[in-house]
Amino acid sequence: MNTEILLSISGLHKAFGGLIAVNQMQFDVHAGEIVGLLGPNGSGKTTVMNLISGALSPDEGKVVIGGKNITSLPAHKISHSGIARTFQLVRVLPDLDCVENIEAGLAYRTNPLWGDAAHKAALELLDRIGLAKQAHIPAGDLTYIDQKRLELGRALALQPKLLLLDEWLAGLNPSELQDGIALVRKLKDEGLTIIMVEHVMDAIRSLCDRCVVMNAGTKIADGTPDEVLSDPEVVRAYLGDSHA
Amino acid sequence: MSILKPDFIKPVAIGAVIFAALAFLPSLVDSYYMSLAISVVSFAVLATAWSMFSGPTRYISLATVVFFGIGAYTVAVLGEVLAFPLVLLCAGLAGTVVALLVGFSTLRLAGVYFVIFTFGLTELVRQVVSWYEVNVTREMGRYVFLDITQNDIYWQLLALFAVLLLTGFVLGRSRLGFALRIIGEDETVAKHCGIDVTRVKVALFVLSALFMTLTGAIIAPRWTYIDPVIAFNPMLSFQVVIMALLGGPRRLLGPLLGVIPLTLLFEVLTASFPNHFSILLGCVFMVIVYLLPGGVVGLYEKYRAPKKRTLSTDTETTRKSEEKTA
Repeated sequence: MNTEILLSISGLHKAFGGLIAVNQMQFDVHAGEIVGLLGPNGSGKTTVMNLISGALSPDEGKVVIGGKNITSLPAHKISHSGIARTFQLVRVLPDLDCVENIEAGLAYRTNPLWGDAAHKAALELLDRIGLAKQAHIPAGDLTYIDQKRLELGRALALQPKLLLLDEWLAGLNPSELQDGIALVRKLKDEGLTIIMVEHVMDAIRSLCDRCVVMNAGTKIADGTPDEVLSDPEVVRAYLGDSHA
Repeated sequence: MSILKPDFIKPVAIGAVIFAALAFLPSLVDSYYMSLAISVVSFAVLATAWSMFSGPTRYISLATVVFFGIGAYTVAVLGEVLAFPLVLLCAGLAGTVVALLVGFSTLRLAGVYFVIFTFGLTELVRQVVSWYEVNVTREMGRYVFLDITQNDIYWQLLALFAVLLLTGFVLGRSRLGFALRIIGEDETVAKHCGIDVTRVKVALFVLSALFMTLTGAIIAPRWTYIDPVIAFNPMLSFQVVIMALLGGPRRLLGPLLGVIPLTLLFEVLTASFPNHFSILLGCVFMVIVYLLPGGVVGLYEKYRAPKKRTLSTDTETTRKSEEKTA
């Protein structure tokens, strides 16, 4: 396993008014790794994702990718530093067709593609995520799973080093879930580094090399899926004291 | 390069023929109709320029008259000092500078705050100009006596409209235009795709303001007398919004579909009910917003849409049957 650190987060802190959403978060992600970010609802996982991707700017702390400090940079610059994301509530560009949705990811990255080259690359990418036949359908008319695929496709179009998946597997039926897990595994095999916020235990066990567990904004565990899922602190966070 | 493709050349060629034909209008009609034609073309430029920014981004700007008035005032101040092309250049520069300032300071505002700001800006600019005229030049109102005929104004506006449509057409196929569409669909996604949304919005706001400024500058000699109340009349901003919304601000030629009927309607209203114009304008606004929220273009697309949906379900069914046979 590759031991080079791709992403390093330290002392990350974010408060909304009086609510401390993220409190002194600290973890590293190695290149080629899939890290699961777990925790009960409201524990600050999505906020961490937003702080990494630049949707929000932290009050304190540091985010470093590949040795480059990207703390508080605007989102478009962070995307140019090699981080792409999907959203907890799927966000496609509803009036644009699938090809245009992918072209949105191609046209403004560091080495942009435009015109015929972008069109060709978009069709190839749609084929890779299994949407080749829907290429000219408006994204708003796609089924839920296909919108999720498309959103992933748009993120991949950015050629990221690090991919942030925010509950990308949530809301899928069992066969869609198997497809989804296979797709993420394929991405890992291609060398992509991934942080995924996830509640689906099957997916976590089969995909994640490591898990970071949060509760009330703080990190409470960090280790392999089996280690953290049997950690009494984690069990207490999810199920309450009596089960610990 | 996409510029040499037939799907680019054909519409541009058709447009060129239409504009060439329109240039002969002055030899066909009398001066009343020429004056009407000037109104139509000037509103066409304003509404199309407004839509170029506000259509895709959905930022409703009421600052049209700020730029229009800056253009007109530049001509009033410099008209007799410089050659007219230089005056237009100065007007364009002034409009661009103000648009940059306004753009960078307000385009981070969202929704209703932006609307209110642009409306307030009209009042602010009008008051500043009035203050300057009263306290510095000590003369409220200026005369514009330039050797420019009605036909000259018409031809200049026509040329400006042609340039605007060509700009809009090229923009629609450019990365910048695509970025603006993505921002209109979902600004958050746009940022995470690597688009510097502030820069894109300011660039388009400035471009649109430039055309508005030039319209004001070109049309100013028609008035012979202007003062801040005439040049910065907020009614104009509302008229432009209504026209663009009636036509459909999300297509290049959409606004034109609103400009032609409404310019004629306003012409009739001002002639027949000069004292009730504002009330009637308000009623027209409400009727359009309630009955035609997507504009004429939206209406057309709505009637076409059911067909399109059936078509896509058809492909869906074919796909499924194909899969079965496979």
